[in-house]
Parts: sequence; structure tokens; C-alpha cells
Amino acid sequence: MSEPEPVIKLENLVKRFGQQTVLDGINLEVYPGETMVIMGGSGCGKSTLLRIMIGSIKPTSGKVIMLGQSLAQLSESEIDELRKKIGILFQSGALFNSMTVGENVALPLREHTKLHRDVIDLQVTIKLNQVSLLQARDKMPAQISGGMKKRAGLARALAMDPQILFYDEPSAGLDPVTSSQIDELIMNLSKGLGVTSVVVTHEMDSAFRIADRMCMLNRGKVLKVATREEFEALRDVSDADGFSQDELLMRQFLRGDPEGPISSEEDKGGFFEELGIFSLR
Amino acid sequence: MAVVGNQIVRRRAGGPIHWIRLLGSAVIKGITFVGGMSILLGQTFKWTWRGLFRRKVRFSHHHLIQQMIRVGVRSIPIVLLVQFAIGFILALQMAPELDRWGQAEQVASINAIAGFRELGPLMAAIVLSGFAGASIAAELGTMVTTEEIEALQVQAINPVRFLVVPRVLATVIMMLCLTVLADLTLVFGGFITGVLQLGISPARYYHLTLEALTNKGFLTGLIKGGLFGLLISLIACYQGLSVKPADGSEGVGRATTVTVVRSIVAIVIMDAILTALFYVYNFFER
Ligand SMILES: Nc1ncnc2c1ncn2[C@@H]1O[C@H](COP(=O)(O)OP(=O)(O)OP(=O)(O)O)[C@@H](O)[C@H]1O
Ligand SMILES: [Mg+2]
Repeated sequence: MSEPEPVIKLENLVKRFGQQTVLDGINLEVYPGETMVIMGGSGCGKSTLLRIMIGSIKPTSGKVIMLGQSLAQLSESEIDELRKKIGILFQSGALFNSMTVGENVALPLREHTKLHRDVIDLQVTIKLNQVSLLQARDKMPAQISGGMKKRAGLARALAMDPQILFYDEPSAGLDPVTSSQIDELIMNLSKGLGVTSVVVTHEMDSAFRIADRMCMLNRGKVLKVATREEFEALRDVSDADGFSQDELLMRQFLRGDPEGPISSEEDKGGFFEELGIFSLR
Repeated sequence: MAVVGNQIVRRRAGGPIHWIRLLGSAVIKGITFVGGMSILLGQTFKWTWRGLFRRKVRFSHHHLIQQMIRVGVRSIPIVLLVQFAIGFILALQMAPELDRWGQAEQVASINAIAGFRELGPLMAAIVLSGFAGASIAAELGTMVTTEEIEALQVQAINPVRFLVVPRVLATVIMMLCLTVLADLTLVFGGFITGVLQLGISPARYYHLTLEALTNKGFLTGLIKGGLFGLLISLIACYQGLSVKPADGSEGVGRATTVTVVRSIVAIVIMDAILTALFYVYNFFER
């Protein structure tokens, strides 16, 4: 009995925007039912990685294999079929601003199923209730707060009862209570319904609450993929003597320390190096 | 510092190379635009066809009507005002000249011909590109910057089917209606001048108008109107969807302006081509 087939498999993924290499050889496997948290500093390419996984942008090179199919080899309509099995919560919520919250949640059902209107209405009620947003059903996205938008986006992502859920910063910008409610919801979906989750976040509290395994990105590379317990151990070590540079960096990130390798990397003056002006230093 | 200096020098390089570069980028822009528009046109046809004839593909009448109201209704008053004024002025301007030949009555024929063949569809299109074109481009451009388009795509909802098709159909249908309205209003403007100022009897004016008005004149005007509508809406959708998420609200503003400018240029070019086909080569007889 070997390991189960991964639901998502990234093979040597590279993404460049012009000269800038954002992702530089990412390998990662996500297994059925687990919650994988991807962490990394702001601008390190987390959202980009997520976009590549959902087939919204193409990698410069490398492979994405989802539910056993390689994205690059699928036709547009085959990708669409695959997309009906996944749900995505965008960083900004990305609600359709011309529709009410309820209509936003109903849209995928209206578009992809032949369900009767009443059934769809019921579904919408259930999903909105799940994210405690029923009272905002008839509001327009512009009339609700950022946190509510995120929850509405989550209700929409849940509409089609997906097998895989992708979350981009689900708890960023939310108050602590709402944030832990969302975490609770993510855990319920994963434990209760066996949904596989990929969560991008830099909120460490929330990351440690929901993760089964975690992946740390830095400068376009995977520093470490390990279970939550291993990362917890790394965070809680008090004596960091004999740590490698990478381990020190992760420890600083996990603890949120102001001092450490991340800060001194910036001090090195990468800005001037990029301009090619060494003499000024 | 030499690197920085060097870059400045390179950027300032003038002379023929500079002009060739400018020309080259203009050509590339032109080809990109025409190519992109053709692809969008093809996709729009494909999804309209599928929407109409394939059960599996959804076609929302509700959306279409919503868009028609949004696109067309607001431009009606302006079209009426502009066309009435043009009809009125055209008749006033032509009358003394025609009178010298004892043909003052012919303002009726001139207005009818000018209105139905040319000014009806043309003015309606120009007004509509300011109203509908600009608003469609701004709307779709904003949807790009708020990630709504991407959200549609990853939910397996094709943006061309969901957003472009209803807007294009609505614009074409509304352009047909507006063209007829514009034709009639222009004739009415001329009628007011003719009857009140030039003393032509209403019955006579009516008779002369009908005489000048051929099926060909009416239909070619209508075809022009429909094609102008297609152009306006396609350009607006194309420019709106070409906004990059990183361009932000500035990109949306630019898309709006570019839409109006390109629409007007495209309308005039299309008008010249169609007029040549219809009247010089008699492509469309009777
Ligand atoms: N479409 C694009 N074109 C050019 N550069 C891009 C594009 N999208 C992202 N980038 C660049 O890629 C890098 C990573 O961006 P990304 O949004 O993936 O970061 P992130 O890790 O999600 O950051 P945050 O935590 O702030 O959300 C950034 O430097 C950004 O400038
Ligand atoms: Mg991000």
C-alpha cells in the first residue's frame, strides 16, 4: 500500500514576467482531503502560484497535474469541466459588482446546472447561512464590508460543492473573530466533507490552526514542505544555534520577528544591485 | 553612473531610426487591433450561434433586454435632438440655393436622401459610441481590474458568451431602432422648416419625401446602422477586455477614450466602404 495519488501535483514550475522570475522550479504535491497552507512574504509569488494551479495563467515551464490530468494538455472545454470541480476564493473576493450577493452565489448554479429556481434559491440560502451572511443576500457587493465580501466570495466558491478549494488570503483584513470563524469553516469543509484545500496566507495564527501540511516559499523556491508539527517545532525552538540560513529565515517568518535573515537580506541593497550600479555602495 | 547616462542617451536617440521605430510600433498596434477584433468577432458569432441553436448553451433573454435598455434608451433623447436640428438646419441652408433654380421644394428630397442613406445611421452611431461604447468599455475594463473577468473564467463561465454576446446583440438591435428613429426625426426637422419657413404644403412635402425614398435607400441605411452597431460594441468590448489588471482605473479611463476615438474612425471608414459598395459598384440593387 503506497501513498494515495496526489490531487494536485506541481512539477518543476517556473513563471517569469518579462525579466522577473517569480517562481523558480516549484515542486509540490497535495493529497486528497488535506489542507495545504502555502506561506511566504508579500510579493513572493503566492497568488501567482495559485493562479497557475487553477489554470488562469500558464506557467513559463513545468507541469500542473490536477485530478490526474495535466492542465497543459487539456482543451478549453476540458479545463472548464475540471473547473466545475474546484472552488476559488480570491484575495479581493472578486464578486460580480453588478449582481447582489445572492445572485453571485446563484450564478454558477444557474450557469452549470439545470436545477429549478427554487432549488437554487434553497442552495443559496444554505451557502450564505454557512458563512453567516444570510442577512446580506439582497445587498450589492459595494454595500458590504471587505470581510463580508470575502465571506460572500467563499459562499460562491462553495456553490458547486467543489472537490478542491483554493483560498487566497482567506483571513487577511478580517477581525479576529470572523477570521477564526472562516478558519473553522475551512476545517469543517475539509474534515467533514473531505474537501482538499490549498490555502495561501501569511497570517501565521490562522495557518497553524488549519494546516495539515505547510509549504514555505522564498524567492520563487520551495524552502520546506512539512507537517504542521514540524513547522511548530521550528517556530518554538528557543535556541537557534547551528541553524542553516534557510531555517533561520523560516523561523523568523513563523515567529514574525523583526530581526533576522529576512530583514538583513533587504539591507544588502538589492535595489542598487538590480540597477547594476555597484560603485555607489 | 555611466550605465544611467548611457540609458538616457539611448532613449533620446532621434533621427531616422526613431521614426522607423515609431512607424513599426504603429503598424504592430494596428495589426494587433485588427487581429484581436477579428478573433473577438469570430468568438461572438460562435457563441451567438451556439446560444441560439444549441440547447446546452445558455442564452439569457433577460440579460439581452437589460443591456438593450442600458445601451439604447439613454441615447434616444440626444439622437432626437441632434437629428431634428440637422434636419432643420440642412433644409434652411439648402433652401436659398435651391430657390435660385426655383426648386425650393426639393429640400424634401434632399433631406430624405441625406437622412435615410447617410445621416440617420451615421449620427446615431456617433452618439451611440459616446453613450454605449464608452460605458461598455468602462464597465468591462473595471471588471478586469476587480478580477471579475478572471473569476468568471475560473468558474468555467466564458466571458464572451456571458458578457460580450448580450452587449453586441443589444447594441446592434438598438442601432437598428435608433437608425429608423434618426431617419424619421431628420425628415421631421426638414418638414418643420419646409412647411413653416418655405411655405411648402404638408401634403406636398410628404409626397416629395416618399418619392425620394427608395427601398434601397432605406435598407442600405439600415444595413449601415446594424454594422456600425457591431463595430461600436466589438471595439468597446475589445478595449474593455484589453485592460490589464495592473493598469487600474487609469487603464479603464484610457480604454474609454480609445473606444470612442477608434469607434468614430472605424465608423467613418466603414461608411465610406459601404457607400462605395452600395452606390458606386451597385453591390446591392433595388
Ligand atoms: N500579471 C503580472 N505581470 C507582471 N508581474 C506580475 C504579474 N502578476 C504578478 N506579478 C509580479 O509577481 C510577483 C508576485 O506577485 P503575487 O501577486 O503572486 O505575490 P503574492 O505572494 O501573492 O503577494 P501578496 O502576499 O502581497 O498577495 C510580484 O512581484 C508582482 O509584481
Ligand atoms: Mg497575493
